[in-house]
Amino acid sequence: MSLQEEAEILRRIPLFAKLEPAKLKLLAFTSRRLAFEAGQVLFNQGEFGDSAYIIVDGAAEVSIETPSGPIVVATVGRNAIIGEIAILCDVPRTATVTAKTALQALRIDKETFFRLVTEFPQMAVEIMRELAQRLEKSNQQLRAAVAARQG
Amino acid sequence: MEKSIHRFVLRHARAETMVLIALTLASLPIYYMALDIPKTIMNKAIVGKGMTWPTEVAGIPFHQVGYLFLLCAAFLLAVLVNGGLKQYINTLKGRLGERLLRRLRYELVNRVLRFPLPHFRKVSAAEVIPMITSEVEPIGGYMGDAFAQPLIQLGTLATIVFFLFMQNPVMGMAAISLYPIQAYLIPKLQKKINQLGKQRVKAVRRVSERIGESVAGVQEVRAHGTGSYERAHYADLFGRIFEIRFEIYQRKGFVKFLNNFLNQLAPLLFYSIGGYLVIQGELTVGALTAALTANKDMSSPWKELLDWYQQTADIKIKYEQVTEQFRPENMIEPGLQDPLAAPPPPLAGAVRAAGVAVVDDTGLRQIEAVTVDLPASGRIGVTGAAGGGKEVFAQVLARLVPPSSGRLTWGERDMAGINESALGARLGYVGPSAYIFSSSVRDNLLYGLKQRPVHAPARDAAGQRARQRLETEARRAGNSDLDHEADWVDLSAAGVASSAELDARLLDLLARVDLTEDIYALGLRGRIDPDRQSARAATILAARAAVAARLAAPELRGLVERFDPQAYNTNATIAENLLFGTPVDPAFEIDALAANPAVMEVLDRVGLTPLLIAAGRQVAATMTEIFADLPAGHELFEQYSFLTADELAELPGLLARVAEGAQPEGADRRRLLSLPFKLIDARHRLGVIDEPLQERILAARAELRRAIKSGVAFFDPDSYNAAATIQDNILFGKTAHGIARAEARVGKVIAETLDASGLRGAVLEVGLDFQVGVAGARLSNAQRQKLALARALAKRPSLLIVNEAIQGLDAASQARVMEGVLASAADALLVWVLPPDAERGPFDRLLVFSEGRLARDDSAASPANA
Repeated sequence: MSLQEEAEILRRIPLFAKLEPAKLKLLAFTSRRLAFEAGQVLFNQGEFGDSAYIIVDGAAEVSIETPSGPIVVATVGRNAIIGEIAILCDVPRTATVTAKTALQALRIDKETFFRLVTEFPQMAVEIMRELAQRLEKSNQQLRAAVAARQG
Repeated sequence: MEKSIHRFVLRHARAETMVLIALTLASLPIYYMALDIPKTIMNKAIVGKGMTWPTEVAGIPFHQVGYLFLLCAAFLLAVLVNGGLKQYINTLKGRLGERLLRRLRYELVNRVLRFPLPHFRKVSAAEVIPMITSEVEPIGGYMGDAFAQPLIQLGTLATIVFFLFMQNPVMGMAAISLYPIQAYLIPKLQKKINQLGKQRVKAVRRVSERIGESVAGVQEVRAHGTGSYERAHYADLFGRIFEIRFEIYQRKGFVKFLNNFLNQLAPLLFYSIGGYLVIQGELTVGALTAALTANKDMSSPWKELLDWYQQTADIKIKYEQVTEQFRPENMIEPGLQDPLAAPPPPLAGAVRAAGVAVVDDTGLRQIEAVTVDLPASGRIGVTGAAGGGKEVFAQVLARLVPPSSGRLTWGERDMAGINESALGARLGYVGPSAYIFSSSVRDNLLYGLKQRPVHAPARDAAGQRARQRLETEARRAGNSDLDHEADWVDLSAAGVASSAELDARLLDLLARVDLTEDIYALGLRGRIDPDRQSARAATILAARAAVAARLAAPELRGLVERFDPQAYNTNATIAENLLFGTPVDPAFEIDALAANPAVMEVLDRVGLTPLLIAAGRQVAATMTEIFADLPAGHELFEQYSFLTADELAELPGLLARVAEGAQPEGADRRRLLSLPFKLIDARHRLGVIDEPLQERILAARAELRRAIKSGVAFFDPDSYNAAATIQDNILFGKTAHGIARAEARVGKVIAETLDASGLRGAVLEVGLDFQVGVAGARLSNAQRQKLALARALAKRPSLLIVNEAIQGLDAASQARVMEGVLASAADALLVWVLPPDAERGPFDRLLVFSEGRLARDDSAASPANA
């Protein structure tokens, strides 16, 4: 798969959807294309996060450590971006991500990500928009949960 | 050291100088004869004035012609003897000068080695180096001339004047009448030149000091963007030198002019006074002609004498200005640095400090009245706030800083009186930023074992004689006659019996300071010569097969893409795929490939050139597009692009000049061709390396292998590649770029295979040969400190002082290193300067320094309630 195709994949991710093609290519060029085997761990909960991953092909499980053992909280697939929280706000990884099938991913390291954001403000705006949407979504969920409790 | 250069010469070369003076004096009568015989030939043999023929010489009768030839033969003899003597004197002078220069340089270096440590805060290497190398150079040339030259020239001059007086006293007076004026004026003029000369030396030194600073502080200059400020400073310094030099030039020129002018006046006196005398009949024309000739001869020695005078003034300044820099206070007594004649005596016992105080050169009290008894063996921790005295205490213990008052004893002996080599053999000291010499890891480890030559090197009879000559000459110049080529490593001090055991011991030391893995990694990146180490190369080849077999396992497949002569390697660059070997000649390096005619010929022949140019154009277009909006030199670009910022800036122009499908010539062609060379398909994913291109590259690879006779070490699955690293030889391929944690997994496979085949030790030994670079620059700070610790441990010291040496390491590593060192120096007295507020921990005692005083002394026996 070439840079051109990777740029196409990046375009399908909402975070990057509005970036112009040259920027998407730059993002693809500066990221590393990695293959994981089924069962291989992308990163562990509690580790220091230095990169985010975009799944190009395959699926991964997101699990959280609990006193009674790990619990799978989500399964993510193609076009998903994972691990971005750790690089945005310097917290340890909040979950463990394991490849469920053979997995192809683009790995963007933190430094590069920040440099891109500083260099291209439209990327920062897109990220803000995405985060605001996520916040709104969790607020809605919270409201729904509170309403369900009261009702 | 002698304060004046003339005293230096007389002190060290009195006999030679006397011989020179004697020979010079002896040559004067012969020179006189060379002047006098022509006159006799003219007057007696040719004109026959007052002669009757035959005339008798030593009882043999001679006719006029015979007499003429006899005198001519005598003249020839005088010229020959005079010339030969001059040549001999010159040789003696040259040798004397060179010997004295050697002595002077050695003496200066010797003094540097004796400087007290605090003095090094005031002098910089940039100042000292030019003094010992270039500044003394002209002094050397002068020293041979110091006494002989004025004597020769004065003697010659006196001979001529005497000759003139013999002709006619009035003529003699005329010849020297102007000298008093010159003798009065010239020193006056010279004085000002001398002062300027001093200023010049100082100004040049400021420049070298500044250059030293710029080089050492280049990071700061770049980071603060102060290049303009620095340049302005240099312009200013050079401007000052220019002014001084130009003024010296002008003044020297004036002295020369004055001198020439006065010399030209002399003939005037001859013509007027001499002419008058001839007209009056008091002088013959022949005598006047002879006098004129003699006067012409006078100008040369007079000029030489004047040059010598100017040179003397110049050199005196140089000598004084150099040597005054080498006379600091409190130099180490020369006797303490005498070479050891026998193995160093054992030193052991309790170390006792009695009322030790150190006052630095600004009068600041660094430690005061420290009295402490340390046992012959044990672990002493030293702590306290930074600057509270613990660091200075450690340096005093290591005798790096002499106590200003008080006494330090080790066993029965006063520390101040122990020979430095004897002390160095038994004492280990590692400071906070230990120096690593520009050599191999092994040489650095062995450095502490080299106090004296242990075994003379094996030499044949001729070599022995040559060595004898070198030693004799060294002694003549007051240099050390110890043999640098001898084996200086004292095996017994390291506790081993043979060199083989020594390597094992060094590897053991590396393990103790937690350096093994680092050296192993360096070893993997090292190279061996398969011709000299054929057995080792064979084992590595066996490891290559073993690693390949292991990597063929299903879970590891794909981690490494092996070099296959018949296949394109997508994890290697296009250049590597083309050459299929390691460049040995720089002409085959990746950046030079497009300009290599042999390679280009093959690429043209197999029809690869147009494909590569098209690929190059595509690369140029993509790179321009991707990096278009980034400012030149942006970090992202620096980090990811395989082009430099300058190269990228050229690309739009290149694309505009070369239309798609065109075949450019010259620089554009080279540029476009070289663009794809660095491409790695699996990594850069630019999609330009398609099947047809790969096929052409494989065809070119086969052709290149036939065409290139030397300059490339080709990959061959069955043979060792001398130009490649051990790791590359084992792997014989490229680690896949696109597989998660591939490097770590491959590294593990290699390590396990090497362990299994017993090659780990061999790799470590190659690691020991790793060249660490200037001041160990190719090692990390932590690696340098660990290496310094291992170096101090290698001699199994009785007293080991660790002065904040591992503070730069991470906590886990600090713990491992401390444990290793504590275990290694179990029998010794170990004094360890710890960070502030350190606990006693594994130490028997903890000394706490505060404001220069020993504030507390906690021992295990009397637990402190701190």
